Amino acid sequence: MDVEVSLRVDGTAHRVTVDIRTTLLDALRERLGNTSPKKGCDHGQCGACTILLDGRRVNSCLALAVAHDGAEIVTAAGLAADGELHPMQRCFIQYDAFQCGYCTPGQIVSAVAMLREAEAGWPSAVTADGVAAGDGGRTGLDADEIRERMSGNLCRCAAYANIVPAIQELARR
Amino acid sequence: MRPFRYARADDVRGAVALLAEAPAGAYLAGGTNLVDLMKLDVATPELLVDVRRLTSDRVEELPDGGILIGAATPNSDLAAHPLLRGRYPVLSQALLSGASGQLRNLATAGGNLLQRTRCVYFQNVTTPCNKRTPGTGCSAIDGHHRELAVLGTSPECIATHPSDFAVALAALDATVHTEGPGGGRRIPMTELHRLPDGEPDRDTVLAHGELITAIEVPPLAFATRSHYRKVRDRASYAFALVSVAAAIDVADGTVRDVRIALGGVAHKPWRASHAEELLRGGPALEDRFRAAAEAELAEARPLPGNAFKVPLARNTLTRTLLDLVDGPA
Repeated sequence: MDVEVSLRVDGTAHRVTVDIRTTLLDALRERLGNTSPKKGCDHGQCGACTILLDGRRVNSCLALAVAHDGAEIVTAAGLAADGELHPMQRCFIQYDAFQCGYCTPGQIVSAVAMLREAEAGWPSAVTADGVAAGDGGRTGLDADEIRERMSGNLCRCAAYANIVPAIQELARR
Repeated sequence: MRPFRYARADDVRGAVALLAEAPAGAYLAGGTNLVDLMKLDVATPELLVDVRRLTSDRVEELPDGGILIGAATPNSDLAAHPLLRGRYPVLSQALLSGASGQLRNLATAGGNLLQRTRCVYFQNVTTPCNKRTPGTGCSAIDGHHRELAVLGTSPECIATHPSDFAVALAALDATVHTEGPGGGRRIPMTELHRLPDGEPDRDTVLAHGELITAIEVPPLAFATRSHYRKVRDRASYAFALVSVAAAIDVADGTVRDVRIALGGVAHKPWRASHAEELLRGGPALEDRFRAAAEAELAEARPLPGNAFKVPLARNTLTRTLLDLVDGPA
């Protein structure tokens, strides 16, 4: 059974007809030609498919398109405005924060959203003082905080040693 | 994934009516577990009734000092909420110890309680599993069961309930509000989930079409001193081997009151009522904490692959209480 859904992706409105079983990830990649979010595990475990869905980072492989009709989506490709790379993208290049690059779009979208979450005062499981305090904003994020908050993004090349400093660089600015 | 029909209703009553007509239908909220199970062919609903926009998605303060959590509240909003962080840190910590940032943004409070076990045989349709297909047998008892239950097990099923949040709610005497074909009711968290006996395919006491609309947490002054400690195979983004949710009220070295629940050890969040009884009125000392933990675990029936959970649960419970007693005021 087919359904028609409206999605706004990286600033452009689309109306697309999809099989009802289609996830946002498959709608983006297979129907709209946006291959920025990657299909890694397809089970919500690796984070390679991370997108911003109505402003929040989510695993697009677990979200059915039909349930998110009308959604506003930003992919890693859409973070680069007017041909200018997003500061997080520049930090990943500066710190050589990838090897094969497959997880990178998901890592970057996740990191951008994660800094916004920290700015909004959201605690993490390692936030000092349990969770009673823990809103030091983004500048207070140490390596432990970044690793915890980014634990939903796996890198099988294990480029974490450069991913964490890349994110920390932008968090400090 | 098998084809399905998708429907939305205007309100909770409408959603309940839609699902009542579809014996093989299911509610869809965040979908983080259900959609995955549909991909695995473990869940094969013929109708999905989307309830993500039907119930409240926020936390309300109640006149008695408790809180009411709308079933559609995302886990991330809930974990960051000042009322949880201030009055019930154990709830916030439990939520933050579960899943990942991305999943917590999609997943909802109501759906969290209804997620299915992560037993590898349950999730693999090529292996026998009494929970997935009643009567086929349990592959885990003689197979891989390192992550599985040691308390309240049955010869049919040794699955564990995977939620962290549910463990903390069970410790706090929370109540689940539901709406179903027969009307609304309130179910104590400790009675929402069941042990596998007889019907391992039934995780909860909910009837078909019964929808969780809200979770009520009663006031508990000493819950400001509460903690969730989770032991797992990696530092983040893994299910609990053992977890402990605890709150304790100590005055002049005596335990005035205490709440304890264990996760990762049973088919349901395991409220440690026996340990609580032993501790109330006694001295807040390590050997008492250890003895209470041992008494609670006396009925454990571990298997070779998960026997480590018994001492691990004892030590984790003892350490959690000690940290609460010795920690900063």
